[in-house]
Amino acid sequence: MHQHEMSARSVFDGVVFMPSQIKLLEDFKRDMHPDKVNLAGREYVGEHGHTTWLPLVRKIKQQIATDPTLTPEYPPNLGIPEFTRRATELALGKDSPAIVESRVFGVQTVGCTGAVHLGAELLRSCYCSSSSWSGPILLSSPCDDSLAGIFKAAGIEDVQYYRFWDAESNGVCVENMVRDLENAPEQCLVVLFASGHRPTGAELSQEDWKRVAEVMVKRQLFPFFLMSAQGLCSGSLEQDAWPVRHCVSLGLELLCAQSFSYNFGLYGERVGHLLCVLKQNLLAVQSQAEKIVQTLWSCPPMEGARVVATVLSNPAHLVDWQESVKAIAERCMLIRERLRERLRLLGGPWHWDHIIKPGGLYCCFGLNTQQVEFLVQKKHIYLLPNGCLNVSAINSRNLDYVAESIHQALSSKL
Amino acid sequence: MSIFGEVPQAAPVAVFKLTADFREDQNPRKVNLGVGAYRTDEGQPWVLPVVRKVEKMIADDHSLNHEYLPILGLPEFRSSSSKIALGEDSPAIKDNRVGAVQCLGGTGALKIGAEFLRRWYNGTDNTKTPIYVSAPTWENHNAVFSNAGFEDIRPYKYWDAGKRGLDLEGFLGDLESAPDHSIFVLHACAHNPTGTDPTQDQWKQIADVMKRKSLFAFFDSAYQGFASGNLDKDAWAVRYFVSQGFELFCAQSFSKNFGLYNERVGNLTVVAKDQDNLNRVLSQMEKIVRITWSNPPSQGARLVAITLNTPELFAEWKDNVKTMADRVLLMRAQLKEKLKALGTPGTWEHITEQIGMFSFTGLNPKQVEYLVKEKHIYLMASGRINMCGLTTKNIDYVAESIHEAVTTVQ
Repeated sequence: MHQHEMSARSVFDGVVFMPSQIKLLEDFKRDMHPDKVNLAGREYVGEHGHTTWLPLVRKIKQQIATDPTLTPEYPPNLGIPEFTRRATELALGKDSPAIVESRVFGVQTVGCTGAVHLGAELLRSCYCSSSSWSGPILLSSPCDDSLAGIFKAAGIEDVQYYRFWDAESNGVCVENMVRDLENAPEQCLVVLFASGHRPTGAELSQEDWKRVAEVMVKRQLFPFFLMSAQGLCSGSLEQDAWPVRHCVSLGLELLCAQSFSYNFGLYGERVGHLLCVLKQNLLAVQSQAEKIVQTLWSCPPMEGARVVATVLSNPAHLVDWQESVKAIAERCMLIRERLRERLRLLGGPWHWDHIIKPGGLYCCFGLNTQQVEFLVQKKHIYLLPNGCLNVSAINSRNLDYVAESIHQALSSKL
Repeated sequence: MSIFGEVPQAAPVAVFKLTADFREDQNPRKVNLGVGAYRTDEGQPWVLPVVRKVEKMIADDHSLNHEYLPILGLPEFRSSSSKIALGEDSPAIKDNRVGAVQCLGGTGALKIGAEFLRRWYNGTDNTKTPIYVSAPTWENHNAVFSNAGFEDIRPYKYWDAGKRGLDLEGFLGDLESAPDHSIFVLHACAHNPTGTDPTQDQWKQIADVMKRKSLFAFFDSAYQGFASGNLDKDAWAVRYFVSQGFELFCAQSFSKNFGLYNERVGNLTVVAKDQDNLNRVLSQMEKIVRITWSNPPSQGARLVAITLNTPELFAEWKDNVKTMADRVLLMRAQLKEKLKALGTPGTWEHITEQIGMFSFTGLNPKQVEYLVKEKHIYLMASGRINMCGLTTKNIDYVAESIHEAVTTVQ
């Protein structure tokens, strides 16, 4: 038989190179400067500058590793029932009308990204029972740069933005946000952030949330909540989940993507949850979710979800865990206060109250491009565009350097 | 009024429904020959001894952190997994033109591969490139590629029900008539659901046509080691294609051969013409991963990486794999013997000729229904059985029941 030569050309010739999604992190790793500080990371880092283990988590992982009753089986597509049940209760509260009325189902997902991706595909295939519906979806301006990509990949091409972060006030301008929502087409999707916004860390007060929810009801807008760090912002699980619970109490249908990365320190295990609160037709929607899950990852990974389920179902563990979460929230608040104090002492016309107003990991300084570049290139302080940063990476060793550098960035003629 | 008011109920996946029905069945003699997971002779799932060992090592290792893995996954997992598929001495690896993406099981690997191909293969965003899957194939293949946006998913002839073997002529014919650059999903070994693999000579013929017509080979490798008990033997087809100069994808699953069904350990191995092409491909795959699950889970990958990279553990693992494969081979041999001894009409050579977890018994839907309803033996409507569901305790009952089905039900 005639042996054919393979073509010398690659079938991948037309593939364009995509610059790294995490270029900033790679630049930081390569940076050899002794004073370098990474304030652009996603994870919570402790005072020692590393991500921390929750002792409780370590203990439970050891138990799981030696438990002879746990067997290797394919888990259900939608995840461990005990996990989804507890995750749902955590978000909505045990007595939530949605739970009592059996109008909610949950899906264990591969992290919060997995939850958003699944939610996006579910909405795309189910929303308004029209297979040709493709948007719009409203995201906050700014938001995590991968969000738009997730919705577009799911087929929701029409991505628009509502005004959120206001550089003037260094906070959320609720007026603008509400106005943009009021002008949005009826029945469009809106991504809302409970428990802290990435990258700005901005929060809305309960009064603000009431106004937003009112517009959502009036214009029949569909809320897709991202709750990435329940408990880490205020220190209270209930308080951080309030916006979601409030919308449920108003009778709204909604999706909520939850992450257990931050509040359990289980980043690598990819523990996420997609909550679906509906008015009716639960089983059918759930079956569609199953169908989509089968094409994404078939069924989710067990390890992390087992840890979370074990903690959430055990009263003693639950108390232990809530304490850890509170401690993280308190440390973040303490760092914010110290940073504000340092900056205040360094002088200048600026006000720093906006630093301590919200809680949680992220904080935004509203720096311009040149100022951010100055900090990265000249001071080896890595932060996100707009001058947003992860406060947990600030500690007693680098606080002065960071404060002085920010002061310098603002005062220099750049 | 609900936005979701008119969403239709999706049809349940057959194999899960089968398991659910099995669970509800109270009959003490019930047997589950449905879902594809290994079972011991006691009918229990099996945690591989090496897995238990490494699990404990991981739990006791206080130097490990919980941070996000890189988007493409744990580096030592990716490289050692690709070596398992392509061989330690693979020239392609030496040429730095092999890369990988850690994925959520075999499904995840197929998903990322499909999403990439839809965006970048045969033009950009060419959703019309035909995808060929074997007739029959694992039922999820169709859904994964369809969900990735491909519009034209076609069967290629594979199973010859008449002769209970490979329809090579039909297969080669479909390869010939496929539009150039079509994508073919090939089962690396232990074809699911038929258990029928091409011989080495047949693979050579398949490769030859694919080369001539520039057809893309996307291997699905979920049973390496599990099929013959030998890792290298089970990887022969993939390695042959690489040696013939093919650029290809291989979706690897470690669910079965590590018994890690629930930690979702998969690897998409990419073989490109050169390092430059490889890097561009991986860079685009990273973008796809970022918007799908962002970072893969660490537990299973760590476990596999430690095992593959530690000589004593690697040896122990190969041994554990052989234990599973040997039990399957034993059940195959015994089932065939018993059917022959019973004088069950038809030939039963295919039971031992087929390889891996599954056997396409050749039973027709009526006979299958008889087994399920009357004998409480659960198998797929296609006649597919999971050999792992057989044990020394139930094999007589199953053989007798098959005999009954074949002789009384037409």
